[in-house]
Amino acid sequence: MNPMPTGDHVMKHQSTRSPAEAGSATGRAPSAGTTPAEPQSSPLALLGYLLIGTYLGVIFVQSEVVSWFRIQEMFRFQSFHMYGIIGSAVVVAALSVQVIKRLGMESATGEPLQLNPKEWGDSRVPGARYWIGGTLFGVGWALLGACPGPIFALLGSGITVMAAALLSALAGTWAYSVLRPHLPH
Amino acid sequence: MLESLSGPWPWYVAGPLIGLVVPFLLLLGGKVFGISSNLRHMCAAAPTPESWKPAFLNYEWKRAGIWNLTFVLGIFLGGFLAVQLIGMPDAGSHISEATRADLQALGVQEFSGLLPADLFSWGSLLSPVGLVLIVGGGFLVGFGARYAGGCTSGHAISGIADLQLPSLVAVIGFFAGGLLVTFGLLPLLLG
Repeated sequence: MNPMPTGDHVMKHQSTRSPAEAGSATGRAPSAGTTPAEPQSSPLALLGYLLIGTYLGVIFVQSEVVSWFRIQEMFRFQSFHMYGIIGSAVVVAALSVQVIKRLGMESATGEPLQLNPKEWGDSRVPGARYWIGGTLFGVGWALLGACPGPIFALLGSGITVMAAALLSALAGTWAYSVLRPHLPH
Repeated sequence: MLESLSGPWPWYVAGPLIGLVVPFLLLLGGKVFGISSNLRHMCAAAPTPESWKPAFLNYEWKRAGIWNLTFVLGIFLGGFLAVQLIGMPDAGSHISEATRADLQALGVQEFSGLLPADLFSWGSLLSPVGLVLIVGGGFLVGFGARYAGGCTSGHAISGIADLQLPSLVAVIGFFAGGLLVTFGLLPLLLG
C-alpha cells in the first residue's frame, strides 16, 4: 500500500484502524461471513484495478460470454465455446497461482499473496451453503443469462435494462443479508 | 482459424486472457478475483440509516471493497469500449444451429446482438416472462452468489484454480440450477 497516503486517505486510515485488522496480518482469511479487513489501496493501485477491469470487460463482450444465447448454448451442451473459455481460464489461473506460490512472489503493494481458503461451515449438512447457494445462483444465471461480472459489462455495452437486473441482484444480496442468521451454512 | 477483432473471440484466446486476471490482481495488490462481493459492498454503501442494515452489511465497505468496486467500474467501461471501438457482437447468429432451433421452438424470435430483444427490454419487464427472467434471475444471482460465497469468478475460476473442494461443490450447484431452468423452467415459462 501507499506508504504516504494523502489527505482524506490519512484520516480514513487512522480513524478506521481497529483490532479486526490484526487478523489480516496473521494470514487468516476473512470468510464471507466476517468483516473483510484490508489496507486502503493507493490511487495508483486503483488505476491498475480499473485497467484490469477494462481489459476484462472488453474480453467479456467480444468473446460473447455475457450473452444469454451463449449461456443457453452452454447449458444445452451444444457448443464447446463456454466450456473452453472457463476451462482454459482455470488452467491459466491455476498455473499462474502455482508459479506465484513456488517463487514466493510478493504483490507490488506488499500484500501477502494467497487465495482465501473456503470454509465448509458449521451446518449439520456439510457444505450446505455451497450446494444450496450454488444451485440458487445457477437458477438465476440461466434465467438472466448473466452472472455478476457480465451484468456490469452488459450495462456498459448499452443494454440499459440490465440496470433492473443489477437492482434485483442488490435486492437479492440484501435479502440474503437479512436471512443469513436463519440459513444453514 | 483467422478471426477479425469483431468476430467472436475464440475460446482459446478469451479463456487464457480471462485466466490472467487472477495473477494480475494477486500481483498488483494481493487481491482475489471475485466479482459478486461488489454487490455486498454496494448494499453496504447504500445511504440508508445504519439501523436498517443487517449485521452482514455493517462493515467498512470502503476499506474492504474500493479496489473491487474500481475493478467492476473497469468492467463497465470495458463493455462500453468493446462496443464503441469494435462493435456489438452478434452472438445470436453465432450460436450453434441446435441452440437456435431449440430456442426457436420455445418461441424466441430475435436472434441478433447479445440478448434476445423480445425477452430482454424495458417493455418486457411488464410481462410475467420478462419479470421472471430479469428480476427473478437477477434476484437469485445476488442471493445465491452471496449464500454460496462467490459467483463464477470467485468459485469457478479462483476457487477451482486453487483446487478448493467447496468451490467445486458450488460449481456443481451452478450447473444443477442452470440445467433445472434450461430443461424444466424455461419450457414452462416460454412454452
